Amino acid sequence: MDPVAAKMIGAGIACIGMGGAGVGVGTIFGHYLAAAVRNPSAAQGQFANLIFGFAVTEALGIFSLLIALLLLFAL
Amino acid sequence: MEDPIHQFEIVKYFTLGHIAGREIAFTNSALFMAIAIAGITLLLIGGTRQRSLVPGRLQSIAEMSYEFVADMVRSTTGTEGMRFFPFVFSIFMFVLFLNVIGLVPYTFSVTSHIIITATLALMVFFTVIGYGVWKNGAKFLKVFVPSGIPIYILPLVSAIEIMSFLSRPLSHCVRLFANILAGHITLKVFAGFVTMLGAWGLLGWLGAVLPLGMTVALTALELLVAVLQAYVFAILTCIYLHDALHPGH
Repeated sequence: MDPVAAKMIGAGIACIGMGGAGVGVGTIFGHYLAAAVRNPSAAQGQFANLIFGFAVTEALGIFSLLIALLLLFAL
Repeated sequence: MEDPIHQFEIVKYFTLGHIAGREIAFTNSALFMAIAIAGITLLLIGGTRQRSLVPGRLQSIAEMSYEFVADMVRSTTGTEGMRFFPFVFSIFMFVLFLNVIGLVPYTFSVTSHIIITATLALMVFFTVIGYGVWKNGAKFLKVFVPSGIPIYILPLVSAIEIMSFLSRPLSHCVRLFANILAGHITLKVFAGFVTMLGAWGLLGWLGAVLPLGMTVALTALELLVAVLQAYVFAILTCIYLHDALHPGH
Protein backbone atom coordinates (compact mmCIF):
# COMPACT_ATOMS: atom_id res chain seq x y z
CA MET A 1 0.00 0.00 0.00
CA ASP A 2 1.11 3.54 -0.65
CA PRO A 3 2.59 4.81 2.66
CA VAL A 4 0.82 8.17 2.38
CA ALA A 5 -2.52 6.44 1.87
CA ALA A 6 -1.77 4.14 4.82
CA LYS A 7 -1.04 7.21 6.98
CA MET A 8 -4.30 8.85 5.99
CA ILE A 9 -6.29 5.67 6.71
CA GLY A 10 -4.50 5.30 10.05
CA ALA A 11 -5.33 8.88 11.00
CA GLY A 12 -8.95 8.27 10.12
CA ILE A 13 -9.07 5.09 12.20
CA ALA A 14 -7.40 6.88 15.13
CA CYS A 15 -10.22 9.42 15.16
CA ILE A 16 -12.75 6.64 15.92
CA GLY A 17 -11.44 6.81 19.49
CA MET A 18 -12.96 10.27 19.80
CA GLY A 19 -16.38 8.65 19.58
CA GLY A 20 -15.71 7.04 22.95
CA ALA A 21 -14.89 10.42 24.44
CA GLY A 22 -18.13 11.72 22.91
CA VAL A 23 -20.09 9.00 24.72
CA GLY A 24 -18.28 9.84 27.95
CA VAL A 25 -18.86 13.60 27.72
CA GLY A 26 -22.51 12.99 26.86
CA THR A 27 -22.89 10.72 29.89
CA ILE A 28 -21.32 13.33 32.18
CA PHE A 29 -23.50 16.22 31.03
CA GLY A 30 -26.60 14.02 30.84
CA HIS A 31 -26.20 12.81 34.41
CA TYR A 32 -25.40 16.32 35.62
CA LEU A 33 -28.57 17.62 34.00
CA ALA A 34 -30.65 14.76 35.42
CA ALA A 35 -29.26 15.43 38.89
CA ALA A 36 -29.69 19.20 38.51
CA VAL A 37 -33.36 18.80 37.60
CA ARG A 38 -33.91 16.64 40.70
CA ASN A 39 -32.09 19.00 43.05
CA PRO A 40 -31.51 22.41 41.45
CA SER A 41 -30.17 23.98 44.64
CA ALA A 42 -27.19 21.59 44.75
CA ALA A 43 -26.38 21.97 41.04
CA GLN A 44 -24.34 25.18 41.29
CA GLY A 45 -21.93 23.66 43.80
CA GLN A 46 -21.07 20.76 41.51
CA PHE A 47 -20.27 22.87 38.46
CA ALA A 48 -16.50 22.74 39.04
CA ASN A 49 -16.68 18.95 39.41
CA LEU A 50 -18.67 18.80 36.18
CA ILE A 51 -16.05 20.75 34.28
CA PHE A 52 -13.25 18.68 35.81
CA GLY A 53 -14.93 15.42 34.79
CA PHE A 54 -15.58 16.82 31.34
CA ALA A 55 -11.94 17.88 30.95
CA VAL A 56 -10.53 14.55 32.12
CA THR A 57 -12.88 12.60 29.83
CA GLU A 58 -12.13 14.86 26.91
CA ALA A 59 -8.40 14.28 27.44
CA LEU A 60 -8.83 10.66 26.31
CA GLY A 61 -10.45 11.78 23.08
CA ILE A 62 -7.68 14.31 22.67
CA PHE A 63 -5.08 11.55 22.84
CA SER A 64 -6.64 9.81 19.84
CA LEU A 65 -6.79 13.14 17.98
CA LEU A 66 -3.12 13.56 18.86
CA ILE A 67 -2.31 10.17 17.28
CA ALA A 68 -4.14 11.29 14.14
CA LEU A 69 -2.26 14.61 14.04
CA LEU A 70 1.07 12.84 14.64
CA LEU A 71 0.34 10.41 11.80
CA LEU A 72 -0.63 13.22 9.45
CA PHE A 73 2.03 15.80 10.18
CA ALA A 74 4.86 14.45 12.34
CA LEU A 75 5.69 10.91 11.21
CA MET B 1 -12.58 26.90 -2.15
CA GLU B 2 -9.98 28.58 -0.01
CA ASP B 3 -7.75 26.41 2.10
CA PRO B 4 -9.24 26.33 5.63
CA ILE B 5 -5.76 25.99 7.15
CA HIS B 6 -4.60 29.24 5.53
CA GLN B 7 -5.99 31.36 8.40
CA PHE B 8 -3.42 29.93 10.82
CA GLU B 9 -0.44 31.11 8.77
CA ILE B 10 2.11 33.11 10.74
CA VAL B 11 3.10 36.29 8.93
CA LYS B 12 6.32 38.08 9.77
CA TYR B 13 5.99 41.87 10.09
CA PHE B 14 9.56 42.86 10.93
CA THR B 15 12.70 41.33 12.37
CA LEU B 16 13.71 42.26 15.90
CA GLY B 17 17.11 40.55 15.91
CA HIS B 18 18.95 37.26 15.90
CA ILE B 19 19.71 34.97 18.83
CA ALA B 20 22.04 31.99 18.23
CA GLY B 21 21.40 32.09 14.50
CA ARG B 22 17.60 32.08 14.94
CA GLU B 23 15.54 34.97 13.77
CA ILE B 24 13.39 36.73 16.36
CA ALA B 25 10.59 38.40 14.43
CA PHE B 26 7.49 40.39 15.30
CA THR B 27 4.68 38.29 13.80
CA ASN B 28 0.90 38.52 13.64
CA SER B 29 0.89 36.10 16.58
CA ALA B 30 2.95 38.55 18.65
CA LEU B 31 0.72 41.43 17.51
CA PHE B 32 -2.46 39.74 18.72
CA MET B 33 -0.83 38.75 22.00
CA ALA B 34 0.10 42.43 22.47
CA ILE B 35 -3.50 43.44 21.62
CA ALA B 36 -4.83 40.99 24.21
CA ILE B 37 -2.44 42.32 26.87
CA ALA B 38 -3.41 45.90 26.00
CA GLY B 39 -7.11 44.97 26.21
CA ILE B 40 -6.72 43.34 29.63
CA THR B 41 -4.67 46.28 30.92
CA LEU B 42 -7.21 48.81 29.67
CA LEU B 43 -10.11 46.84 31.16
CA LEU B 44 -8.53 46.47 34.58
CA ILE B 45 -6.91 49.91 34.89
CA GLY B 46 -9.89 51.67 33.35
CA GLY B 47 -12.26 49.63 35.50
CA THR B 48 -10.53 50.39 38.77
CA ARG B 49 -9.81 54.08 38.11
CA GLN B 50 -13.12 55.42 39.46
CA ARG B 51 -13.51 52.98 42.36
CA SER B 52 -17.09 54.13 42.94
CA LEU B 53 -19.32 52.38 45.47
CA VAL B 54 -21.93 51.68 42.80
CA PRO B 55 -19.82 50.28 39.96
CA GLY B 56 -20.27 51.41 36.37
CA ARG B 57 -20.19 49.02 33.44
CA LEU B 58 -16.42 48.75 33.06
CA GLN B 59 -15.89 48.50 36.80
CA SER B 60 -18.53 45.73 37.03
CA ILE B 61 -16.74 43.68 34.37
CA ALA B 62 -13.39 44.11 36.11
CA GLU B 63 -14.87 43.24 39.52
CA MET B 64 -16.86 40.28 38.17
CA SER B 65 -13.84 38.76 36.44
CA TYR B 66 -11.79 39.24 39.62
CA GLU B 67 -14.44 37.64 41.84
CA PHE B 68 -15.10 34.83 39.38
CA VAL B 69 -11.46 33.74 39.34
CA ALA B 70 -11.03 34.35 43.08
CA ASP B 71 -14.02 32.10 43.83
CA MET B 72 -12.65 29.44 41.50
CA VAL B 73 -9.19 29.47 43.12
CA ARG B 74 -10.62 29.52 46.66
CA SER B 75 -13.07 26.67 46.07
CA THR B 76 -10.57 24.34 44.36
CA THR B 77 -7.29 25.05 46.20
CA GLY B 78 -8.48 26.54 49.50
CA THR B 79 -7.41 29.86 51.02
CA GLU B 80 -3.79 28.67 50.94
CA GLY B 81 -3.97 28.58 47.16
CA MET B 82 -4.86 32.27 46.98
CA ARG B 83 -1.15 33.07 46.68
CA PHE B 84 -1.45 31.64 43.18
CA PHE B 85 -4.40 33.89 42.37
CA PRO B 86 -2.35 36.38 40.27
CA PHE B 87 -0.92 33.49 38.26
CA VAL B 88 -4.29 31.87 37.58
CA PHE B 89 -5.95 35.23 36.90
CA SER B 90 -3.26 36.16 34.35
CA ILE B 91 -3.57 32.82 32.58
CA PHE B 92 -7.38 32.97 32.55
CA MET B 93 -7.60 36.53 31.22
CA PHE B 94 -4.84 35.95 28.65
CA VAL B 95 -6.42 32.78 27.25
CA LEU B 96 -9.94 34.29 27.37
CA PHE B 97 -8.92 37.44 25.50
CA LEU B 98 -6.90 35.50 22.89
CA ASN B 99 -9.80 33.08 22.31
CA VAL B 100 -12.46 35.78 22.01
CA ILE B 101 -10.35 38.15 19.89
CA GLY B 102 -9.59 35.22 17.58
CA LEU B 103 -13.32 34.88 16.80
CA VAL B 104 -13.52 38.32 15.17
CA PRO B 105 -13.26 37.90 11.39
CA TYR B 106 -9.86 38.70 9.82
CA THR B 107 -8.05 38.34 13.12
CA PHE B 108 -5.57 35.68 14.09
CA SER B 109 -6.28 33.21 16.90
CA VAL B 110 -3.05 32.80 18.81
CA THR B 111 -4.27 29.84 20.89
CA SER B 112 -4.70 27.75 17.73
CA HIS B 113 -0.92 27.26 17.75
CA ILE B 114 0.27 24.43 19.98
CA ILE B 115 3.53 26.22 20.80
CA ILE B 116 1.61 28.93 22.71
CA THR B 117 -0.62 26.53 24.64
CA ALA B 118 2.31 24.15 25.29
CA THR B 119 4.30 27.04 26.76
CA LEU B 120 1.43 27.93 29.10
CA ALA B 121 0.85 24.29 30.07
CA LEU B 122 4.54 23.63 30.75
CA MET B 123 4.70 26.82 32.82
CA VAL B 124 1.89 25.41 34.99
CA PHE B 125 3.51 21.95 35.09
CA PHE B 126 6.89 23.24 36.26
CA THR B 127 5.26 25.63 38.74
CA VAL B 128 3.45 22.64 40.27
CA ILE B 129 6.63 20.55 40.46
CA GLY B 130 8.81 23.43 41.64
CA TYR B 131 6.43 24.72 44.30
CA GLY B 132 5.45 21.18 45.39
CA VAL B 133 9.06 20.14 45.94
CA TRP B 134 9.99 23.47 47.56
CA LYS B 135 7.08 23.36 49.99
CA ASN B 136 6.76 19.63 50.73
CA GLY B 137 10.22 18.26 49.94
CA ALA B 138 10.21 14.48 49.50
CA LYS B 139 6.59 14.40 50.71
CA PHE B 140 5.63 15.70 47.27
CA LEU B 141 6.05 12.10 46.05
CA LYS B 142 2.83 11.31 47.95
CA VAL B 143 1.11 12.69 44.85
CA PHE B 144 1.81 9.30 43.30
CA VAL B 145 0.61 7.31 46.35
CA PRO B 146 -3.11 7.87 46.96
CA SER B 147 -4.14 7.19 50.55
CA GLY B 148 -6.45 4.31 51.45
CA ILE B 149 -5.27 1.97 48.71
CA PRO B 150 -4.54 -1.70 49.68
CA ILE B 151 -0.82 -2.43 49.54
CA TYR B 152 -1.06 -5.20 46.95
CA ILE B 153 -2.47 -2.99 44.19
CA LEU B 154 -0.44 0.08 45.20
CA PRO B 155 2.36 -0.49 42.60
CA LEU B 156 -0.22 -0.62 39.83
CA VAL B 157 -2.04 2.49 41.07
CA SER B 158 1.24 4.37 41.50
CA ALA B 159 2.28 3.50 37.96
CA ILE B 160 -1.04 4.83 36.67
CA GLU B 161 -0.70 7.98 38.81
CA ILE B 162 2.80 8.65 37.44
CA MET B 163 1.55 8.17 33.88
CA SER B 164 -1.40 10.48 34.42
CA PHE B 165 0.81 13.12 36.10
CA LEU B 166 3.22 13.10 33.16
CA SER B 167 0.46 13.23 30.55
CA ARG B 168 -1.12 16.29 32.22
CA PRO B 169 0.79 19.01 30.34
CA LEU B 170 0.10 17.16 27.09
CA SER B 171 -3.67 16.99 27.55
CA HIS B 172 -3.68 20.47 29.14
CA CYS B 173 -2.20 22.13 26.06
CA VAL B 174 -3.71 19.95 23.33
CA ARG B 175 -7.24 20.45 24.71
CA LEU B 176 -7.16 24.22 24.21
CA PHE B 177 -5.24 24.05 20.93
CA ALA B 178 -7.43 21.33 19.38
CA ASN B 179 -10.71 22.98 20.38
CA ILE B 180 -9.77 26.36 18.92
CA LEU B 181 -8.17 24.85 15.80
CA ALA B 182 -11.09 22.50 15.05
CA GLY B 183 -13.65 25.26 15.68
CA HIS B 184 -11.97 27.70 13.32
CA ILE B 185 -11.56 25.06 10.60
CA THR B 186 -15.26 24.13 10.89
CA LEU B 187 -16.27 27.79 10.63
CA LYS B 188 -14.09 28.24 7.56
CA VAL B 189 -15.43 25.11 5.85
CA PHE B 190 -19.05 26.25 6.33
CA ALA B 191 -18.15 29.76 5.17
CA GLY B 192 -16.59 28.11 2.10
CA PHE B 193 -19.94 26.41 1.32
CA VAL B 194 -21.58 29.87 1.18
CA THR B 195 -19.22 31.16 -1.49
CA MET B 196 -19.33 27.87 -3.43
CA LEU B 197 -23.14 27.89 -3.56
CA GLY B 198 -23.19 31.64 -4.24
CA ALA B 199 -21.22 31.05 -7.45
CA TRP B 200 -24.17 29.07 -8.91
CA GLY B 201 -26.44 32.05 -9.42
CA LEU B 202 -29.89 32.77 -7.98
CA LEU B 203 -30.72 29.18 -6.98
CA GLY B 204 -27.35 28.94 -5.27
CA TRP B 205 -28.04 32.15 -3.34
CA LEU B 206 -31.21 30.61 -1.93
CA GLY B 207 -29.29 27.48 -0.96
CA ALA B 208 -26.46 29.53 0.54
CA VAL B 209 -28.81 30.80 3.26
CA LEU B 210 -28.53 27.43 5.00
CA PRO B 211 -24.73 27.33 5.45
CA LEU B 212 -24.79 31.07 6.25
CA GLY B 213 -27.21 30.42 9.11
CA MET B 214 -25.05 27.50 10.16
CA THR B 215 -21.99 29.79 10.24
CA VAL B 216 -23.84 32.24 12.51
CA ALA B 217 -24.91 29.40 14.82
CA LEU B 218 -21.39 27.98 14.84
CA THR B 219 -19.95 31.38 15.72
CA ALA B 220 -22.25 31.48 18.76
CA LEU B 221 -21.11 27.96 19.68
CA GLU B 222 -17.47 28.96 19.24
CA LEU B 223 -17.99 31.92 21.58
CA LEU B 224 -19.22 29.44 24.19
CA VAL B 225 -16.25 27.16 23.49
CA ALA B 226 -13.81 30.09 23.71
CA VAL B 227 -15.05 31.09 27.17
CA LEU B 228 -15.46 27.49 28.35
CA GLN B 229 -11.96 26.48 27.28
CA ALA B 230 -10.44 29.48 29.05
CA TYR B 231 -12.38 28.41 32.17
CA VAL B 232 -11.30 24.78 31.77
CA PHE B 233 -7.67 25.81 31.31
CA ALA B 234 -7.80 27.94 34.46
CA ILE B 235 -9.64 25.40 36.62
CA LEU B 236 -7.26 22.61 35.61
CA THR B 237 -4.41 24.92 36.60
CA CYS B 238 -6.09 25.28 40.02
CA ILE B 239 -6.58 21.53 40.37
CA TYR B 240 -2.94 20.84 39.50
CA LEU B 241 -1.82 23.54 41.95
CA HIS B 242 -3.97 21.85 44.61
CA ASP B 243 -1.74 18.78 44.23
CA ALA B 244 1.33 20.91 44.83
CA LEU B 245 -0.20 22.39 48.00
CA HIS B 246 -1.69 19.16 49.40
CA PRO B 247 0.12 16.11 47.95
CA GLY B 248 -1.42 13.01 49.63
CA HIS B 249 -4.90 13.61 48.09
